[in-house]
Amino acid sequence: MATCPDNLFYTKSHEWVREEKDGTVTIGVTDHAQEAMGDMVFVDLPKVGAKLKEKGECGVLESVKSASDFYSPIAGEVVEVNEKLSSSPDLVNKEPYDKGWIARIKPDNKDAAKKLLSADAYTKIADEA
Amino acid sequence: MSEAIFELSQTGRKANTQIINLKSTKININNKYLRTNKPLMPEVSELEVIRHYTTLSQENFSVDTNFYPLGSCTMKYNPHCLHTLASLPEFLNRHPYALPENSQGFLQCMHEMQTMLKEIVGMPGMSLAPMAGAQGEFAGVSMIRAYHLSRKDTKRTEIIVPDAAHGTNPASATMAGFNVVEVKTKPDGDVDLKELKKKIGPQTAGIMLTNPSTLGVFERQITKISKMIHDVGGLLYYDGANLNAILGKARPGDMGFDVLHLNLHKTFGTPHGGGGPGSGPVACCKKLIPFLPIPVIKKSAKQYIISSTGDHHKTIGHLSAFCGNAGIMLRAYIYLRLLGAKGLDRVGEFATLNSNYLMQKLSDAGFEVPFIERKASHEFIVSLRKETKQYHITAMDVAKRLLDYGKHAPTVYFPLLIPECLLIEPTETESKQEIDKFVEVMTKIMHEIKKVPEMLRSAPHATKLRRLDTVKAAKEPNLVWKKQ
Repeated sequence: MATCPDNLFYTKSHEWVREEKDGTVTIGVTDHAQEAMGDMVFVDLPKVGAKLKEKGECGVLESVKSASDFYSPIAGEVVEVNEKLSSSPDLVNKEPYDKGWIARIKPDNKDAAKKLLSADAYTKIADEA
Repeated sequence: MSEAIFELSQTGRKANTQIINLKSTKININNKYLRTNKPLMPEVSELEVIRHYTTLSQENFSVDTNFYPLGSCTMKYNPHCLHTLASLPEFLNRHPYALPENSQGFLQCMHEMQTMLKEIVGMPGMSLAPMAGAQGEFAGVSMIRAYHLSRKDTKRTEIIVPDAAHGTNPASATMAGFNVVEVKTKPDGDVDLKELKKKIGPQTAGIMLTNPSTLGVFERQITKISKMIHDVGGLLYYDGANLNAILGKARPGDMGFDVLHLNLHKTFGTPHGGGGPGSGPVACCKKLIPFLPIPVIKKSAKQYIISSTGDHHKTIGHLSAFCGNAGIMLRAYIYLRLLGAKGLDRVGEFATLNSNYLMQKLSDAGFEVPFIERKASHEFIVSLRKETKQYHITAMDVAKRLLDYGKHAPTVYFPLLIPECLLIEPTETESKQEIDKFVEVMTKIMHEIKKVPEMLRSAPHATKLRRLDTVKAAKEPNLVWKKQ
């Protein structure tokens, strides 16, 4: 069964957001999403400094099954990306909430994450899919 | 794994009957252009060459040997007389640069085929230039772009693509310089018109649609969609990938489409396993004719000609050095002449009948068919999502197990909308007996899912190579043999 930590926020399109102490947020894809996509073979990361729109495309995840766009859950500027995914895209499969994070963003609106789904609300959506 | 022929090489070994005496041929090329080191060639005997390639050919898995229900690919049987006739020396030895007056027979075949194809799709314009389906798509979308620009309508930067589309659609639109806007499909399989309405406007250059869609159902609102797009000034692109289903029954031109490509290598009986080659003619409505890719085959008062001028002054240009894959187009022409109008009607009818029969049988055997309440087109979807949850058996496991039973796997994990899906297309050339055998195998597999799931997880067992490491193949593709 796919896991879904309580301390994160989620989107319908299967991304997660974690609020960090310094005011930035970390984003990634959920355990459910990585399970559905299968073994990752390539992650196309956003560029540091890129301005992202809410629900705007910010990268591509390519698995043995498909290539899927990855959307930014919130608007903001990319301050760091997980370079390790370039050589080890399988981290998205192994540790989607930890070493498999995708990017760190400085949000335009610091409370943007709170408008997203809770773990409970997301679990319901993921179960129906 | 078989050895590469280079690995059989023994220094000094020759196939003596095949040696060409190069010294007797005077080649007039300046020395500075000639290579000085010898190319790497395998040194093998004639018998070794014959044995190597015959063995490899025996490992082929093809429509000629096995049932091949690869959804969206229309792996129908290609009658061998197409090959025989297209291989007549007069066709085979014709040079692409031969003058039109020396190619009248070939050009007549192409012109007649073009006339028949235009009638089949209900459109007045056609170019045979595109070398394959993807290039046909690129040509069609480029024509849409050229059309808008020619009217100084420069704000149309978006192409609408439904989420059920073939991956080539967004790729072609992007290649042609457009931004792709996705629209969702409703649970019943048709396009969500409310969402479409929100996403179209003066920025819309057009929409790319496959009808029937990749979900194996006919888009019932097509005339509404056509009106919505035309009302905002956009054009409709028809992806001809699924034409087999409606052949002789419905015409894209009548549905309101403005431009399309055909996959001769799917619908019109020419080979396309292992790289084809393909063939992707584009057809269009009257107002897009000036933009067709060149050259275009025409008939003048006296003869057939290859034309790059005249009507096509706003052409998007050449797509290759010549005009399409001549040998493949000949095969499609012969296919059309063999079947005639009545025969083509029957292609559409039997493709659909076989598909609906198989869909019902698999549903009866306990497989989930997501659009069972709708009539299938020439193909349909089965979803293994329940089996994945309950028994941890995926669509991939079932696909691999089918190989053990001598059946080619259906398309897996496409369309992306349906989790754990198999897209199954039996085509019109399979008999009821063959389809029943496939049902028998699938019924056995359903039993195995419940009783011996580990057998499926480690499948295939009877093939020369077992389960391949697809992650490694994708991450570290090793396609070229190199001397150690």
